[in-house]
Amino acid sequence: MRHSNLWRMLLLVILIALFFLLNLLLGSVAIPVDSIWNILTEQGHEPVAWQNIVWKSRLPQALTALAAGAGLAISGLQMQTVFRNPLAGPSVLGISSGASLGVAFVILLSGSIGGVALSRLGVIGEIALSVAAIAGALSIMALIAYVSQKIKGSVTLLIVGVMIGYVATAIIGVLKFFSVEEDIRAYVIWGLGSFARVSGNQMMLFVLLMSILLPLSFLLIKTLNLLLLGDGYARNLGLNIKRARLLVILSAGVLTAIVTAYCGPISFLGLAVPHLARAMFQTSDHRLLMPSSLLLGALLALLCNLIARMPGFEGALPVNSVTALIGAPVVASVLFKKRKNDWNE
Amino acid sequence: MTGMNRHANETIRLRDLSIGYLSKHHRKVIASHIDASIYSGELTCLLGANGVGKSTLLRTLSAFQPKLAGEVNLLGKDISEYSDKQLSRLIGVVLTEKCEIRNMSVADLIGMGRSPYTGFWGTLGPEDKRKVEEAIHLVHIGDLAGRMVHTLSDGERQKVMIAKALAQETPVIFLDEPTAFLDYPSKVEIMQLLYRLVQTTDKTIFLSTHDLDLALEIADRIWLMDKGTGITSGIPEDLALQGSLARFFEGRGVYFDAHSGLYRIRVNYHAHIHLTGEGFRFRMLRKALRRQGILVDHSEGSPQIQVLPDSFVLQNGDDVRCESIEEVLAEIKNWDFQRATIP
Repeated sequence: MRHSNLWRMLLLVILIALFFLLNLLLGSVAIPVDSIWNILTEQGHEPVAWQNIVWKSRLPQALTALAAGAGLAISGLQMQTVFRNPLAGPSVLGISSGASLGVAFVILLSGSIGGVALSRLGVIGEIALSVAAIAGALSIMALIAYVSQKIKGSVTLLIVGVMIGYVATAIIGVLKFFSVEEDIRAYVIWGLGSFARVSGNQMMLFVLLMSILLPLSFLLIKTLNLLLLGDGYARNLGLNIKRARLLVILSAGVLTAIVTAYCGPISFLGLAVPHLARAMFQTSDHRLLMPSSLLLGALLALLCNLIARMPGFEGALPVNSVTALIGAPVVASVLFKKRKNDWNE
Repeated sequence: MTGMNRHANETIRLRDLSIGYLSKHHRKVIASHIDASIYSGELTCLLGANGVGKSTLLRTLSAFQPKLAGEVNLLGKDISEYSDKQLSRLIGVVLTEKCEIRNMSVADLIGMGRSPYTGFWGTLGPEDKRKVEEAIHLVHIGDLAGRMVHTLSDGERQKVMIAKALAQETPVIFLDEPTAFLDYPSKVEIMQLLYRLVQTTDKTIFLSTHDLDLALEIADRIWLMDKGTGITSGIPEDLALQGSLARFFEGRGVYFDAHSGLYRIRVNYHAHIHLTGEGFRFRMLRKALRRQGILVDHSEGSPQIQVLPDSFVLQNGDDVRCESIEEVLAEIKNWDFQRATIP
C-alpha cells in the first residue's frame, strides 16, 4: 500500500474515533468528556441518569451506526462491482424490500388478524420484527441467488431484482390497504430507519454478527477485482463467473438483510460511500476500496446519527432522511469535481 | 500438407467440429464439419462475413461455450478436459467487449493478467511485476504504463489488452476483431505488433478480422469461414492460386484482383474512354474515372483524354484543357458516352 493511502486510512480511523466520541458527548443532554470517561470506565459517581443515557442509549446507538454504516457500504460496493453499475446499492435487488415485506406482514397482519398491535409488545415485538425482516430479506435473496444461476447476463439479473422489489412493494401496498391506521403508522416509522431501535442483547447480537460477516466479505477481494474486467476477461483469467456472482450476492445480501432487520431500510449510504471511497483513493482496486468503504461507511453513519440527534431535534429526525439530505449533496459535489478533473486530463 | 509446416507446430486441431448454441429445447447449429489446425509461431486470421459464426467459433475455442460435436484438440488434449484454472494459463483472450474501468492504471490492468498465478489477495510478487514489465516492453507501451485506462484511445487500449494477454503467459492468444473501430494506421500497427509477437515469442495467435487486405498482407495463414463451404484454410497466396479468395466474396460487391492479390470494389462500368499518358497522374485520373463508372481502355474512336505533365486535355470534338481532375470530372459530366458493355 502506498504511503499516502496509509495516511488516508489513518485519518479515517482518527475521524471515526472522534465522531464516535462526539456521538457519546452530544445530544439533548450535554455530558462532559471527563464524565463520559468516568462512566465508561465505571469510576466516580456520575448521575444515574447520565449513566443510563450513555450505556443504554448513546453507546448502543454509536455502535449500531458504526456497524450498520460499514455493512451497508461494503454491500453497496459489492453490488456496484458485480453489476458493473454505479447506481447499484444494497437495496437494488429487492433485498431490503424483502425485509420491509417481512416486517409489513408481522406489523400489519398481527393487528388485523391477531387483534394485537405489535407495536405495543415491547422487546418481544422488537425481536419479532428483526426475525420477520431477516426472514423476508433472506427469502428474497434466496430467490435472487437462484435466478442468478439461471440467467447469464448481470443486467437481466439486475432487472429481475428490481422487478421483485416492485412486487414486494406492491404486496406491502395491499397489506397497508387492509390495515388499521395505528399499524400503518408503526410500519411507516419502522421504514424511516433508526440506529436507536436495537438495544441491549439485540444490539450485542447485531454488532457480533457484523463483526463476523464484515471480515468474511473481505475474502472476495480478488474475485471483485476480476469482475471489474467484465465477465469474458474474468472468466478467461480462471474465475468461475456464476459462483463468483453467487458469492458476492450472498455476501452483500446477508449484510443488507441484517442491517435492514435491525435498523430499518437505510437508504443512500450504501450507494454513496463506494463513490466517495473511489474519489478519495483514486482507485478501483478492492484491496483499497473494501477497507476504505468500510471506514467511510462507519464514519458517515456516525455523522448522520449525530445530526439526526442534534440538540433541538430531540431525536425526531429519521436517519433515512439525514443520510440522504447530507449524503446527496456531498456525493454530487465530489463526483462533479472528479468529472471536471477527468476532462482536464 | 504437413510437409509444408516444417517450422510450425500444431497447437490446436479441430476435427469435425460443430459449433452453435444449445438450450433445453433447441439446438442451433451455426457451423459444422470444421476441420482445420492452428500452428505456433504463426499469425492466423479468421475471415468471414458478419453472422457467419466467427465469434461463436472463437468463443468455442476459448471454452466460453461448449462445442456441439467433434473435437477441439488443444496441445494434445480435448479442450473440455481442461479445468478453468488450467485454461487460464493456456489461452489468453482479447475481446470486443470494452473494459469500462475508471480509476485503474494501465500497469494495474496488465497486472490483472497475472491473476492465474497470484495468491489469495491477488497481490503481485516480484516475478509477476517482472512479467508485467516484460509485457509492457514487448508491446512498446512504456509511455502508457502510468496512464489511467479510461483516458486511452481505442488503439492504445487494444495494445494494453494485448499486453494483458502477454502477461498471462499463455501459449495461445485469441483476439476477437482486434482491429475494429481503429483508424487505419492503428489497424496496421496492431497487426504488425501481433506478427512481431508471433515471430519473437513463438506463440500461437489467432484472430478474427474484417480487414481483408491487411490480413492477406500480414497473416501467415488465413481461415475463410463461409456458410456454404465451411472453413477453408491455407497460406494467403495458396488460397489465391486455388481460387478460394476469388470465390469467397462472390457476388458481394467486391472481387479478388489477381493482379494485386487483394480485394477490390466491383464497379459497374457504363462507359469507356480512351486515355493516353503515363505515370502517377495517369493512374490517379484512371482511378477517379473508375469511381465514376468509366472504364479506361485503348479502343480508338471513343472520347479521349490526354494526360500531360501540367494539365489534362479532353478531346471530344473541341479540345478542353483542365488543371485538375475535379475539372475533368465536371467537364465529362456533360458528355454523351456511347453505352459500353463491360463484363
